Amino acid sequence: MTSELIDFTLVSVALLGIGIYGLAVKRNFIRMLFAVEIIINAANLNLVAFGRFLPHSGGQTLALFSIAIAAAEVAVGLSLIIVAYRMYQNVDIADFRSLKG
Amino acid sequence: MADIAFLALTVITIGSAIAALEMRSLIYGSIALMGTLGGIAGFFLLLDAPFVALFQLAVYVGSIAVLILFTVMLVKRELIFKKIEDKRRKFAGIGLMLVLMVALGAVFVDSGIKTMTTDEPSVNFRDIGTDFVTYYWPALILMGLILAGSVTGALVLARRVDEENDQRTN
Repeated sequence: MTSELIDFTLVSVALLGIGIYGLAVKRNFIRMLFAVEIIINAANLNLVAFGRFLPHSGGQTLALFSIAIAAAEVAVGLSLIIVAYRMYQNVDIADFRSLKG
Repeated sequence: MADIAFLALTVITIGSAIAALEMRSLIYGSIALMGTLGGIAGFFLLLDAPFVALFQLAVYVGSIAVLILFTVMLVKRELIFKKIEDKRRKFAGIGLMLVLMVALGAVFVDSGIKTMTTDEPSVNFRDIGTDFVTYYWPALILMGLILAGSVTGALVLARRVDEENDQRTN
């Protein structure tokens, strides 16, 4: 155990930045899902890192919950992608306008 | 100081996160995303959390990444290689990313967690199991229901209704 808490936190900040860049710039539905996954993983890394250094078992428990909920989110997100692709024959979110007033 | 395994994992994780978003092909992008998720599992091993690391490998690299790969394969070939983005928006996004990283990083470096070290042994995974069935049991049940509901919802959403060949209409 030679790395310190600040190292893990900085990696997590870098991953969060990359994820927000992806959400802001990319217009492809699947790539935006990648960005969301990266952000969720940054959060999980933070949870486990703080749980290790406190030390408290709550960090790992919450990380396990977070991983399971992320799996549910990805399942729904991918089926939404399939439905939207079937309707518009595209994955560009600029085309998904049927809810726009 | 950070050791070599930590540095290697950092390079793998952040490099493949950038590759996942910037690769031209969505298929290579999703394989790069697998690298990011595996790198995070490596970080969990470094943090003495082997149970969470294996869970991460099983759920993320084993199922979510494969699910994403299959969805990408359902999309038309030219859409996989098409890049939909705006140049000006891209530079604004890079600026936003750098500002966010520098600001949050400065906050963390300046805070007290820089000096935080621990000599205590890591949490035993038996404690996690005890947590799940004692303090967190309502959340565990709720999580199971949410998983079942979301998988059922995903199936219902993605179902294609074939009206011409539907036996029930005859």
